[in-house]
Amino acid sequence: MAGESLSFIFLNAAVVNNFVLALFLGICPFLGVSAKKDTAWNMGLATMFVMLVSSMSAYGINWLLTELDLQFLRLICYIAIIASAVQLVEMFVKKFSPALFRSLGIFLPLITTNCAILGLALFQTAKQYDFLQSIAYSLGAGVGFTLALMLMAGLREKLELARVPTASQGAALSLMLAGLLSLAFMGFAGLGGSHG
Amino acid sequence: MATLPNQEEKLTLDTFLRGLWEENPVFVMLLGMCPVLAVTNSTINAIAMGVATTFVLVCSSVLVSLLRKAIPKQVRIASYIIIIATFVTIVDYSIQAISLDLYNALGAFIQLIVANCVILGRAEAYASKQRLTTTIINSLGMGAGFTIALLSLGTVREILGNGTILGYALFPDNFQPWVVMILPPGGFFVLGAWLLLFAWLRQRREQKILDQTGATAHGR
Repeated sequence: MAGESLSFIFLNAAVVNNFVLALFLGICPFLGVSAKKDTAWNMGLATMFVMLVSSMSAYGINWLLTELDLQFLRLICYIAIIASAVQLVEMFVKKFSPALFRSLGIFLPLITTNCAILGLALFQTAKQYDFLQSIAYSLGAGVGFTLALMLMAGLREKLELARVPTASQGAALSLMLAGLLSLAFMGFAGLGGSHG
Repeated sequence: MATLPNQEEKLTLDTFLRGLWEENPVFVMLLGMCPVLAVTNSTINAIAMGVATTFVLVCSSVLVSLLRKAIPKQVRIASYIIIIATFVTIVDYSIQAISLDLYNALGAFIQLIVANCVILGRAEAYASKQRLTTTIINSLGMGAGFTIALLSLGTVREILGNGTILGYALFPDNFQPWVVMILPPGGFFVLGAWLLLFAWLRQRREQKILDQTGATAHGR
């Protein structure tokens, strides 16, 4: 896998094997924060940043653990890194943009339990990407996550005005919509390999 | 629950049953959706994932409950995550040793049990406040509820998408499998359909109660 080009890795993570719609990672924020386009956009950016930071640190940690022959500690270390990266982003956002900090609210610390980020770190280790490839992979994953979130938010904003049966309001309808989006993203499957 | 931090629950049958239906982690609380959607393309994967998650849930709840007086409040979330990650590592290596096929089928989702919010949610909302016995029973119930949810998705998707159940053919050869059901969109559709069914049942029950009270009020 080490010979893949950076653009292929980026496209693969962003659309072909979209983290949300094809690999089912990060479903909780996908359903939770996709009610409005503004919040969805900010959430996407914050997640992308955490992905980038944690992907780079995960690469370093993985190298260190492999050198020390301590691979069984990998999972625990990754989770610790992600938690600290989220903390870092939280302090950063709070200092430089208090307005954004308020609008994201509880969802910022919740990025820690977003499995898309842990999944990213685990996949890049499993695929043995080198440093630059890891960065391309994390950027692609971030763009893909934001894309899925924005698409969903756009659909849900329109859907507020639609008349649907009362039983299907809420989660059931959101999941059906996600299914349709996922079906649409299957069209990209021919672009790359279906590994992941 | 946050208003009664030190209230310890009495052990009743409800402690177990609550996880199955009333507070079902997947169908009612919508927690831990990622593994629910990702590994339910066959029944056997669903069972394995359910058992693995239940094991981690019970073990970490036990440890959290035992250590609930020792863990400082400020670092509790970090401590819970470390405890959960430890048990997930154990499960990860055990499954790899027991069945390599299963390990490859579940992929990274075994390690992703760490990020399953059902487990952290139980640790924070229940295990950190309750006695050991009630915690064990409650987390067993939650784990069973989670496994049932996985199974109800896994069987439907395997039957529709592959025409088999647990690998045994269910239909004659001329059955056309509905392939999309075992692909990613199928997960969303089947879960959506289950939620729709439950919402409809709940609505009907509420309507019935409303009709009855309305009828008695009218009769008077």
